[in-house]
Amino acid sequence: MITNIKKSKTLLEVKDLCKHYPIRKGLFSRISGYVYAVDGISFTINEGETLGLVGESGCGKSTVGRTILKLIEPSRGEIIWRGERIDELSRSQMRPYRQQIQAVFQDPYSSLNPRMRSADIVSEPLRNFENLSKAQGRERVTALFERVGLRPDQMLRFPHEFSGGQRQRLGIARALSVKPKLIMLDEPVSALDVSVQAQVINLLEDLQREFQVSYLFVAHDLAVVKHISHRVAVMYLGRIVELAPTKELFARPSHPYTEALLSAVPVPDPKYQRKQIVLGGDVPSPINRPTGCHFHTRCPYAQERCKVEEPLLEEITPGHSVACHFKLNK
Amino acid sequence: MGSYFSIAHWWSFASVRIPALYQRYPFAVLGAFILLAMIFIALFAPYLWTVDPQAVTPLNRLKQPSIEFWFGTDALGRDVYSRVMYGARVSLIVGISVALLSTLIGLAIGLITGFVRAIDAVVMRIMDGLMSIPSILLAIALMALTKASIENVIIAITLAEIPRVVRLVRSLVLTLREQPYVEAATASGTPLLKTLIRHILPNTMAPLLVQATYICASAMITEAILSFIGAGTPPNIPSWGNIMAESRSLFQIAGYLILFPSIFLSITVLAVNYLGDGLRDALDPRLSRRM
Amino acid sequence: MSSHNQHSGQVVLEVNDLRTYFYTRDGVVRSVDGMSFSVRQGETLAIVGESGCGKSVTSLSILRLIASPPGKIISGSIKFHGKDLLHLSDDEMRDIRGDKISMIFQEPMTSLNPVLTVGQQIGEVLELHRGCSRGQARHRALEMLKLVNIPEPESRIDNYPHQLSGGMRQRIMIAMALACDPEILIADEPTTALDVTIQAQILNLIRELRDRTRAAIILITHDLGVVAEMAQRVVVMYAGRKVEEADVLDLFERPLHPYTLGLLNSMPRLDDDSQKRLTEIPGMVPSLRTEIIGCAFAPRCSSASARCQTDSPTLQNIGNHHWVACWHPNEITTISTAR
Repeated sequence: MITNIKKSKTLLEVKDLCKHYPIRKGLFSRISGYVYAVDGISFTINEGETLGLVGESGCGKSTVGRTILKLIEPSRGEIIWRGERIDELSRSQMRPYRQQIQAVFQDPYSSLNPRMRSADIVSEPLRNFENLSKAQGRERVTALFERVGLRPDQMLRFPHEFSGGQRQRLGIARALSVKPKLIMLDEPVSALDVSVQAQVINLLEDLQREFQVSYLFVAHDLAVVKHISHRVAVMYLGRIVELAPTKELFARPSHPYTEALLSAVPVPDPKYQRKQIVLGGDVPSPINRPTGCHFHTRCPYAQERCKVEEPLLEEITPGHSVACHFKLNK
Repeated sequence: MGSYFSIAHWWSFASVRIPALYQRYPFAVLGAFILLAMIFIALFAPYLWTVDPQAVTPLNRLKQPSIEFWFGTDALGRDVYSRVMYGARVSLIVGISVALLSTLIGLAIGLITGFVRAIDAVVMRIMDGLMSIPSILLAIALMALTKASIENVIIAITLAEIPRVVRLVRSLVLTLREQPYVEAATASGTPLLKTLIRHILPNTMAPLLVQATYICASAMITEAILSFIGAGTPPNIPSWGNIMAESRSLFQIAGYLILFPSIFLSITVLAVNYLGDGLRDALDPRLSRRM
Repeated sequence: MSSHNQHSGQVVLEVNDLRTYFYTRDGVVRSVDGMSFSVRQGETLAIVGESGCGKSVTSLSILRLIASPPGKIISGSIKFHGKDLLHLSDDEMRDIRGDKISMIFQEPMTSLNPVLTVGQQIGEVLELHRGCSRGQARHRALEMLKLVNIPEPESRIDNYPHQLSGGMRQRIMIAMALACDPEILIADEPTTALDVTIQAQILNLIRELRDRTRAAIILITHDLGVVAEMAQRVVVMYAGRKVEEADVLDLFERPLHPYTLGLLNSMPRLDDDSQKRLTEIPGMVPSLRTEIIGCAFAPRCSSASARCQTDSPTLQNIGNHHWVACWHPNEITTISTAR
C-alpha cells in the first residue's frame, strides 16, 4: 500500500479503481469483451499538493480523471473524499460535492459553451451553489477575471473572441469560482503554444500557493508534469506502474517503462547525453492485454516470470512504489 | 441616441444591415421579401382591390383575364384574382402553423428521447413506423378519418412532419451531450434539467429554425395536394390548391385558372426554400469557431 | 547528431524572400512575409516556431501545394538546383513532387488514402515516377517496408491504413516519401501527433535513414527538443518572418533573438531540477491580418526600443554562420538553467 509521506490532510483516496467498458457485438449486443481502460488504480492526494498523472495515449489517465469526478461511473473500487465514499452516489447526490471538486478540461475551444458570454460561463458554478445577488455575483466574477489575468471589460464577450490561452484562463476561473479543494486538470496546456503554456503554468502555481488548492494534473508532457507536480504517478495500460515524489521519480526511475519514457523525451540541449532506450513495438490495445505484466512485450528486461505473474505496486522506499518484479536501482 | 424603438433607429439599422445581408445572401433576402409580400397580401386581402371571393356571378363565367377581371373568372363566375389573394391566407396559415407546431412538438419529444435511453428505443420505433408511410398518404389517411377543415388539415400535416423533426433533434441532442462544455456543466454542479435548457437547447435552435422553414414550404405544397384531390381545405374557402382542383377539367379552355394560383404557390415555396438555405448558411456554427 | 560538416555541401534548395499571402473575406493574411534560407545536400535544417508563424505554409509553398484561392505566392524565388520552382509548369512540378522533393505530414491517418492498401500507396509513387510495373513496384514497396522497420512486412503490405497504429502509419508515410530516393525530404511536424515513445522510434528511424540516403531534410516543428536532437542548422520563425538562424549548438548556447531566448526560458525541461518559475513571454502572437510595422515581436519584447516600433529589423550576420533580425540582440551567453 502507498503510505503518505506528507503530514497534511488526505483529501482524496482512491482504492482499486476500475473502469471496464463492455464491447457489444452481434445481433443481440452480446458482450464479447471489455476495454480495460482503468484496471485497479490506487493513490491519494493531500491538501495543497499536485499529483501528476502521466502516460501515453490509451493508458487511461483521462478516464481516471473523469471517474474521480464521477463524470464517468466507476465499474469497481472506492473513491473516498475527505473520509466519505462517493463512488456509489447518484448524480443528484454527487452535486453538493462538486463544489469541492472541480475540473479544467483539455480543449479550450469546446469546453466553453460558444453561445454563452464569458461572465456567465465563469459564474455557472457560483450560480449553482451560492445564492448571490446580481451585484455580488458581478463582483465575484470581476475578481476572478482579474485573478486569472483577464481584463474585466471582456466579461461580456463570447468565447470565440478570446485566444486559446485566454480561454483556458476562463476555464480555470470557472473552476476556481466556488473555491474548491481539488481541481482535476485534464491536459490543461497541451493545446496551447509554448509561450502561452508558461503563462498558464505559472498561473496555476500561483493559485495553488494562494488558495491551497490541490491538483490532479493529468498530462502526457513529462517536462510540464515534472515542473508542477509534487508527486507523480506513471500509468501504462490502465495501471499505475510507478508512483513517487517528483524529484525521486525523475532522478531514480525504478520501472523500465518510466526509464524508457524519460529517455524518449527530447531535451532542448544538443549536447545532452543520456541512455537511449528506444522501445520496440506499439502500445498494446486495452482490450487484448498481454498476460502477466502488461509491459513485458516491450520491456528490455523481461523475464519468464513477467509473462505469467502480474507485479503488484509495492513500496521500495517511503513514498516510492513500483509495480515490477525486477525493480531498477534497487 | 434615439430610443430603441424609434423609427429612425430602425431605419438606420435596416438601411445598413439589409444591403449588407443582400450582398452575402442575395437569394435569401429576396426570398424573405417575397414571403413578407405574401404575408402582406394575406393580411390585407380585402383592401387589395378585391371583391368577395365567394361571390358567384354566373353572368361572368369563364371570362379570360382582362382589365375588369385581372386573373379572369372561374366556372362559377368568381373573380380569380380575389380568390388567389384570399387563398394566400390558407397557404400561409397552414404552412406557418404546421412549421410551428411540428417544430415545438418534435423538439419536446426529441429532447426527451435524446436524454432518456429507456424511452428512446420505444419512441424511435414509433417514429420510424410513421416515417415509413409517405407523408402525403399519411395526411390523406388522417383526413379521411375526419371532416374537412383547415384545423384538421394542419393537424394531419403536422403529424406527418413530426417524426423528421424528432429525428433531427434527437441526433443533435446525442451529439451535443458529448460536447466537453456539457461535461463541464455537469462538473460545475449544474442539474440535469438546467443543463438541458441552458446548454443543449440553445444549440438546437439554429438547425431547427432552418428545418422549420423547409417544413413550411413542404406543408404548403402538401395542403395544395390535399386540396387538389379534395381531401384538404373545404371547397368554399379559397386556397391555391382548391382553385386548381376545381379547374382541373377546364384546363384546356381556361388555363389561366391553374396558371395564377400555381405561380403564386411556386414563388412562395421557392422563396421560403431560399430563405431556409440562407439561414442555414448564415447560422453555420463555423462562424462561432472563428478565433 | 550527425558529424556532417554542414557548411561544405552543395546548396540544393535556395529560398529567397518568399511571400505567401491568403486573401480571405476578413482580410489579407500574410502567412509568410519574406522568408529566405538555403539547404545543402545531406543536411538537416529545422524551421521552428509556434502555431501560426508560417512554417507549415513555407513548406507547402516549396512544393507549391498552397490552395490557390485563397492563397497565393506573391513574390520570391525557390531555386532547386538553380531552377526556380515557381516558374515551372504544373506538369514539371508534379514530376518533382514525390520524386526529387517529397513530404511527410503531421497526421498520418488523414494523409493516407483509407481505401488503398499501404503497398498500393507506396507502389503508386514508384509507378508514377519510375515507370515501374505493378510487380516491380510491389517488390520495391516491400523493400521500403523493411527499410522503415515494419515488422512482418510481407503481410503488412496488404494492410489498410486503419489496420495500423499511428507509429506504423508514419513509417508508411516515410516509406512513401523515400521510395524514389528524393534529394530533399520535408517533414512537417512528423511526430507531433505521436506518443513520446513512438516519437523516439520515428526520430531514430529518420536519423538512421538520413545517414543512409544522404537526403537533405527540412524539419518543421514547434518542439525545441526535437530540434536539438535532429537538426544541424536552425531557422526560428515568428509572424511569418525569420528572426534567427544558426548552427544548432550555437543557437542553444547563444540564443541572440529575444524571442528565441524567451522560448528557451519558458519551457519546462527534464534536465532542469531547479524548479524555478518559468519566464513568461507576455502577450500573444500578433494577428497576421494587419500589416506589421516595425519588429513583429516588439510588443512582447523586454528589450524593445522606439526604433523597434518603426523599423523592421534586417538580418545581421553575427559571425559563425549566425544571423539574427533584431536591433538589440541578446548579450547574455548562457540561458538561465542551472547545469
